[in-house]
This record gives sequence, C-alpha cells and structure tokens, in this order.
Amino acid sequence: MNDSPEKIRVQNVYKVFGDNPQKGLKLLHSGLAKDEIHSRTGMTVGVNNASFSINKGEIFVIMGLSGSGKSTMVRMLNRLIAPTAGQVFVDDQDVAAMNEQQLVQLRRQKMSMVFQSFALMPHLSVLENAAFGLEIAGVSKSERQEKAMQALAQVGLEGYHGSMPKELSGGMQQRVGLARSLAVDPEVLLMDEAFSALDPLIRTEMQDELINLQARAQRTIVFISHDLDEAMRIGDRIAIMEGGRVVQVGTPEEILQNPADDYVRAFFRGVDPTNILTAGDIARDTQTTIIRHSGGGPRATLQRLIKNDRDYAYVLDADKKLLGVVSTDSLREHIDSGSGDDITAAFLSEAQSVEATTSMQELLAELTVRPWPIPVIDENGRYRGVVSKTQFLRTLQRNGD
Amino acid sequence: MILLDFDEQILPLDEWIQNFVEWLVLNYREHFQIAKVPVEKMLEGLEWLFNTLPPEAVILAFVLLAWRFAGKMVAVFTLVTFLLTGYLGLWEDTMTTLSMVICSVFFCALVGIPLGIIAGRNPRFETILRPFLDAMQTTPAFVYLVPVVMLFSIGTVSGILATIVFALPPIIRLTCLGIRQVHPELVEAALAFGSTPWQVLRKVQFPLALPSIMAGLNQTIMMSLSMVVIAAMIGAGGLGGPVVQGLNTLDIGLATIGGLSIVLLAMVLDRITQGFGKRG
Repeated sequence: MNDSPEKIRVQNVYKVFGDNPQKGLKLLHSGLAKDEIHSRTGMTVGVNNASFSINKGEIFVIMGLSGSGKSTMVRMLNRLIAPTAGQVFVDDQDVAAMNEQQLVQLRRQKMSMVFQSFALMPHLSVLENAAFGLEIAGVSKSERQEKAMQALAQVGLEGYHGSMPKELSGGMQQRVGLARSLAVDPEVLLMDEAFSALDPLIRTEMQDELINLQARAQRTIVFISHDLDEAMRIGDRIAIMEGGRVVQVGTPEEILQNPADDYVRAFFRGVDPTNILTAGDIARDTQTTIIRHSGGGPRATLQRLIKNDRDYAYVLDADKKLLGVVSTDSLREHIDSGSGDDITAAFLSEAQSVEATTSMQELLAELTVRPWPIPVIDENGRYRGVVSKTQFLRTLQRNGD
Repeated sequence: MILLDFDEQILPLDEWIQNFVEWLVLNYREHFQIAKVPVEKMLEGLEWLFNTLPPEAVILAFVLLAWRFAGKMVAVFTLVTFLLTGYLGLWEDTMTTLSMVICSVFFCALVGIPLGIIAGRNPRFETILRPFLDAMQTTPAFVYLVPVVMLFSIGTVSGILATIVFALPPIIRLTCLGIRQVHPELVEAALAFGSTPWQVLRKVQFPLALPSIMAGLNQTIMMSLSMVVIAAMIGAGGLGGPVVQGLNTLDIGLATIGGLSIVLLAMVLDRITQGFGKRG
C-alpha cells in the first residue's frame, strides 16, 4: 500500500519527565537549556526535539552515552513511555495518538522488544517464555508452542525448551529473549542495549547471529547501544544522541568521515578507522588517467605525465574499466626499446587493483610493498580512484586527533 | 492568663462515639445482622462437616495434607497433635476452632488479596490504606469487642468478625509487597508484548507475588489463632472456651490444656501452609 522505504518516522518528539511536563516543554521552547530547567524545576528533559526516520529492513542504531535519552527514545516508539509532544509514525499511524486498544494491537502484531536485562519471566520455562508474546495475543496453545519451538531453533536453543531461565547462562538467556521477540514475527524489532550485559566474546557472537537472522528475514531493527564498535558492526545507519538531542544521523562511514560536531568526533576518538573504512571510502580521483584509444600512445602519455609532474598513469578503456598502470620509467623503457605504439606492453606487471570494499587493513599490506598509489575499482570493475600513502596517513591522522 | 485549661476544656469525643454507636445500633442493627449471614453460613457448614465426619477421617485428611505439602515429620507431628487434643477431651472444641480459623482466613483472603493487589499497583491507594491497617493491628481487641457485640450480638460469628479485623492486615500488606517486588522490567516486558493491565496482573505480577501472598496467608492464620481466646470472651466457642473458663475459675490445668492445644494447632497449620508457599 505504500512504497516509501520509510517504516518509522519520528517527528519533533520531546519527552520531559517531572510534575509538569508541559511547563518544562514551554521553558525548553523559550530557549532554556536542559540543565537550567533541571535546576529550576527539578524536571528532566529526556528527549529534546528528535526527528529522524527509519527505513524498512534496515538495522538502525541509536547510539549515545547513558543519559543521552536513547532508552527513552526507543520506548517512545512503542509508547512504553508516552511522548510529551511530537509524533511517532509507524506505517503512517501516529503511535502517540493511539488509544489503548490500538496500542495493544501495535505491540502484539508489529513490534516486539528485547531488553538489556533479558526480562525473562522467572516462573516460566524457556518454551513458555518464548511463547509469551503469542500467549498474550491469545494464540492457541499448540500453535504458540510450535512457533516458539521454531523461534528457539532459530536462535540455536533446540533442546532447552524445558529449562528454566535461571539455569541458563547470560548469553543463552538473551537468546531466549530474542526468540520471544521473533516468535511473534514482528515487522519491527526494538533492541534496548540487548547485548550490553553480555561479555565481549558472547556479544560479538550475538551480533553475528543478529546479522544472520537479518539476512534471512528483513525486519526493521532499532538497536540501542552505547558501544561504538557494536554500532559500527551491525548498523546500516546510526543516530547519535547527546543530552536528549539527535546530533547526527548517517551511515557509519558518513559519520566517521564527517562528524557533525565535537561530541560526535569525541565519540570516535580511539576508534580504529582501519576497521571501518574501506578502500572505496578513502579513494581519491587525483591521479592522471589515460583513456586508451588510438591517440593515447606511450609518447603522448609520457608527455602528459611530465607536464603534470606525475610518476604514474592509470589506463582505462572507454567504459572506465581499469586496464593497467604505467610509470614514466616503464614508458621510457618501452619507447627506447622501440616496440611500437601499444601502451599495454608498458603496463607494470605487479600493479593490481583492489575492490572498493577492501578494508583499510588489507589495503595497508598492498600499499607498503608498492611505490605507486593503489587503484581502486568498484564492483563492475570501473576505476574509482586511488589510495596513496599520503591519503592513507591523512585518514588515520584526522581520526586520531 | 491561662491558655490551656485541661480541667475545664474537654473535647467530648468519647460521648460522640458512644452516641454514634448507639445511633448505629438503634437504626442499622438489622443491616449488620444481614452482613454476618455469609460468615454464619460458612461457619455452620464447616462445623457440620468437621463434627459429622468421624475423627479418624479428619485426622487422616490433615495428615495426608501435611505429608503432601510439608513432609513426613510434619505429618507425624500433625497426627500427634490431633490425637492429643482428642485424648484431652477437646476434640469438639478443636474442630470449632479449626472451622473458625478457616472461615476467618477465607474472608480475609477474599477481601485482603484484592485490596493488597490494588495497593501494590496504586501507591496512592496504599497511602490511604496504611493508617487503617496500622489501626486494625494495634487497636486493642477489647476496644472493638463491645461495639461488635452491640452490632452483631454475642457468639462465634461475632468472634470471627473480631478476628477478621485483627488478622486482615498481614495478608493485605504482604500481597501489596509481593506485587511491588515484581521487577519493573518484567512488567515493562509484559506491556511491550501487548499485555492489557489485567494480563500483566494475571500472567506476571500475581504468579510472581504468590510466595509473598502465601506468607501473608500464613500470618493471617497465625493471627486468627491468636485471637481464639479473646473471641471466646464474647461467646465464641472452640479452644478459647476452656482457657477463659479456666481463668475465671482459677482452674490452671484446664486453661493450660486449652492453651497447649491452641499452640499445637497453630504449629500444625503454620507448617502446612508454609509448605503451600514453597510449592507456589
């Protein structure tokens, strides 16, 4: 019924906690800062004018430090916390304006949630926990058990259905939490710091698991995290929150390369960009390129290189496909040997291109052994630019300061 | 100038209360009499049951109950207690007391668990309720025995009503506490999956509060038994009878065997209901 890629739209949403939220909102509009409002009225601004949208089928990470309002934000998506002002649209329906009955339907059918503390029912078995959402929705016992078993199988917990939650390790408990959310087959999965309570090894494992699950069924996942590595690892897009405001929304690369302000930049301090950026991200089209055609012979190429004060040229065909790399030396050698006008004979035999998706770490290996800037091609083999040693170092430096 | 003259300036609250109760008795006694009907019917039924059944059957039933919920030791203890009360010549009194306790605990649970749940979910309601619970637990029973007798006349039923006043607070308090102690995240999770408030209560809060509610029930039973002697002063039957009679006639032996039976019965009921709690 609607083709827009948008699943959730948050529009000018505010949340003020305290005795008189509307008054707090007025003070906020009059230009008072969050801290001033708190010291004057004792009220806390949880979320301050947040607007962003989340696309169908993406993993959208809301990231921020504790107190940034990210947990409040995710709870306003299913209205566990009601916004003080603003709209939250899920499929063009305003969650903030729903009545109790509509809200119950939304939570049963469209959205489910995974909690940091797992929040499993201690009096129910693993199977009953996994079937909890279906039970609430009034699904018959046989059907909900079947679906719960499937959900448990999806998260790798076959054979544990009879256990009690307290008998399981933290990682396994959160798998049950995940199964509970998957069993209702939601369109939107809200994950509130879902992996933060797990130890690092298990956390990485669960992240991989989530990405796997996502590859099989494209759900819209809203993931809350305070961990940048986690956000970078699983997020298709990231929203960064600070003090209740959404400071920046973008893909991990966009944010890393172009942080909106010092807060975002500070977040990325200490992050190793070689883990996140790829050759395609840092490639620059700064070198001399030669389109191979009848007029592009070795002599003409050498002339251009000398004129541009460059040592290397990248030879492309008419379709921008990279054919090879030549150097002033290889060209001179070729001309001196008098072997004609075919420039391909002057190609440097060790020159290899890398794909745009190659990580900076892999690129480094190539970069250290070759004197020339490494050419980068896209998935269709077209030339995207080069990564020089200088460019590589500059990227490191920009993120390190 | 004397500001405070406590000899002359007296607030006649006592007279007002006296007049109020007399007015109540004069105009509404019939209504109060009707109110005691359900208690009366239930008590009659229980007494009929316990006194019609042969003692062997009653003993067997309690021993099995004790065995099932509290283990072999308690079962043996139950057997000894019931045999002893029988051989002391107090079988009928014991059955009456048992009926009274079951009856008062039933009504305490009927009223107390819902009130405790409401209080647990609504802090404002709890704030209002608390002073009443304090008053019910601390007001000496003798203070409300007279109005109870005036309104409901003497007898076992009035004894049960006085017992309910005293034994109701613990089950309310512990139900409330049990509901409060349910982790807020579990309630949040239940809501996140689309639970209605009623489902939150039925699927999460109540089952998780059950051990605490059972502890409240246990306390209510113990307090009901502690009221047996006082209830006997307004004509209630049962094991309180021999104690009061013994006191009046300085028959220490009679008072002691009555008291001993109460203590043993209390221990039996305590162990069995604690067993329930652990199961829940």
